[in-house]
Amino acid sequence: MSHLSESRAKEYWRRNKLLMLKLASVWFIVSFGGGVLLVDVLNHIQVGGYKLGFWFAQQGSIYTFIALIFYYARAMHKLDQAFDVEERN
Amino acid sequence: MDLTTTTYLVVGFTFAVYLGIAIWARAGSTKEFYVAGGGIHPIANGMATAADWMSAASFIGMAGLIAFMGYGGSVFLMGWTGGYVILAMLVAPYLRKYGKFTVPEFIGDRFYSDTARIVAVLCLIICSVTYVIGQMKGIGVAFSRFLETDYATGLYTGMVIVFFYAVLGGMKGITYTQIAQYCVLILAYTIPAIFISLQLTGNPIPQLGLGSTLVGTDTYLLDKLDQTVQMLGFSQYTTQTRISSLNMFAYTASLMIGTAGLPHVIIRFFTVPTVKDARSSAGWALVFIAILYTTAPAVAAMARLNIMQTIEPSPGEYLKIDERPDWFRNWENTGLLVIEDKNGDGRIQYSADAETNELVKLDRDILVLANPEIAQLPNWVIALVAAGGLAAALSTAAGLLLAISSAISHDLLKGTFMPNISEKAELNASRCAMAAAIAGAGYLGLHPPGFAAGTVALAFGLAASSIFPALMMGIFSKTVTREGAIAGMLSGIGVTLFYVFQHKGIMFVADWTYLEHLAPHWFFGIEPNAFGVFGAIVNFSVALLVSQLTSAPPERIQALVEDIRIPMGSDVAVIHP
Repeated sequence: MSHLSESRAKEYWRRNKLLMLKLASVWFIVSFGGGVLLVDVLNHIQVGGYKLGFWFAQQGSIYTFIALIFYYARAMHKLDQAFDVEERN
Repeated sequence: MDLTTTTYLVVGFTFAVYLGIAIWARAGSTKEFYVAGGGIHPIANGMATAADWMSAASFIGMAGLIAFMGYGGSVFLMGWTGGYVILAMLVAPYLRKYGKFTVPEFIGDRFYSDTARIVAVLCLIICSVTYVIGQMKGIGVAFSRFLETDYATGLYTGMVIVFFYAVLGGMKGITYTQIAQYCVLILAYTIPAIFISLQLTGNPIPQLGLGSTLVGTDTYLLDKLDQTVQMLGFSQYTTQTRISSLNMFAYTASLMIGTAGLPHVIIRFFTVPTVKDARSSAGWALVFIAILYTTAPAVAAMARLNIMQTIEPSPGEYLKIDERPDWFRNWENTGLLVIEDKNGDGRIQYSADAETNELVKLDRDILVLANPEIAQLPNWVIALVAAGGLAAALSTAAGLLLAISSAISHDLLKGTFMPNISEKAELNASRCAMAAAIAGAGYLGLHPPGFAAGTVALAFGLAASSIFPALMMGIFSKTVTREGAIAGMLSGIGVTLFYVFQHKGIMFVADWTYLEHLAPHWFFGIEPNAFGVFGAIVNFSVALLVSQLTSAPPERIQALVEDIRIPMGSDVAVIHP
């Protein structure tokens, strides 16, 4: 069991949830937003040979997903250190 | 050297590697058998997860789907990658912290109920068995097409290979084999793509080539493709929607949450040492998956354009049947490509109009396999593509078989019916369960039941509507009760099955539809394959409602939920009783 006080544990969880909420919004905006709901609007913008909406649906959303996961992993690692809840191994 | 000999050499070499790994990576304990000892490096696990995840459908099927659906095919690209964000943030770290061997084990413990555990085992087996049939068929087809054996011989050979490394090595053998298989399949996928991108656009990176101009012109590749398909009466490639925006939304969402609920993917994250590794490993998995998934749209568009230009080299001037290229003739022999000179002018007219279209059949699975032939690449590249397709099917089959056998030996046998079984006996039981699972999958591969065609979609729908919501409520809520979880899983799976069977027939037997199965009767125009997200909503609603009406979970469960939120201490939880 952890040595965290109840209020510290609550704070750790609150900050984790806040981070997840922020990243989930980006996740939603690029895929369901850029790739599906707003695709017609974005398709008016041309980037090289790509229509922007089409690019989000077939390329951009996937790159963003990767960035989101690594950002989350790094931010959580820092949070773990700040609250001293890292695993020792 | 002729193509068949080269293919035998390349495929034989990869199989020898897999067998070598089987002998080297034998499992000595249940921990090694179920979670590879729990010490796999996150990048290695990412690579193994990528091979586990990318099946014959991703390798052979997906680019073909996109080529003919254009923008509508994006549901697969976003759906089968976006799920990893959910896995990394909402699933993998917490289940890794909990530190057990199987997904039903967590559900059973968190919902303090053996019934919940057995319901989860049932959902797991239905998802995984339906999924594994497709892989077995893929192995049989790849053998019969490239090695010129008959379907059954190919299937048996594949079964023997999987038997060796999965029964001997369990998760440990499977993990190292999957790493080798990833290398084979990604080379096999990207090498032809690079050549084709270079030929068409002069840019060796397919992801950039797709957005470039065609060699020697100022016309962008995608614009040219849009013009060409529209001229023949098809919808514009880059804007062709799949049914409706709402349907695309639901389809993408169903695939994403299905991904995050499929047990054979989740258990891969039990093999890394720490919670921190589980988070980053999901990122690495997606990097390795994305190499194929961002190449696929380029392969799709370029192959479609290549085929169009082969058939209609200049506007209105169609290909003479006598002058068609060799790859055309080769694929006609397989029956997957069929032409019929309807107006008898000796040329192949291609059009969206079924009346005048003379390219009667163009199976979308041909695209990836024929790619190297279309681009006139050397024989070893074609042989490599065969080995890549087999690697994709074998790696996914092995991962699924492990999920099935560990559910049987660990959850049913050890967890429910014979709790006093010794470690050694459990290890033997898990080997027997694996052997039985391979035999069962082989049997179903040889005698595919009527429902085999719609199965992969069903697996995602079921995982999305049963296991994913149970995991979410187990991790994030302290108040969902055992009764709530069981009722939720059963109603989620129930309503999804009801909808799929209503439109596709009970067990996919076409005559056994009920109510009305025609598209106008779809719920808000949602196709059956995209229904998983609604099943999930039903599951959540029922579970939360029933939990309100039943007595709260015991104190120790609430402590358990608090505990899995904090990474520290997972090394203690790993030591299994």
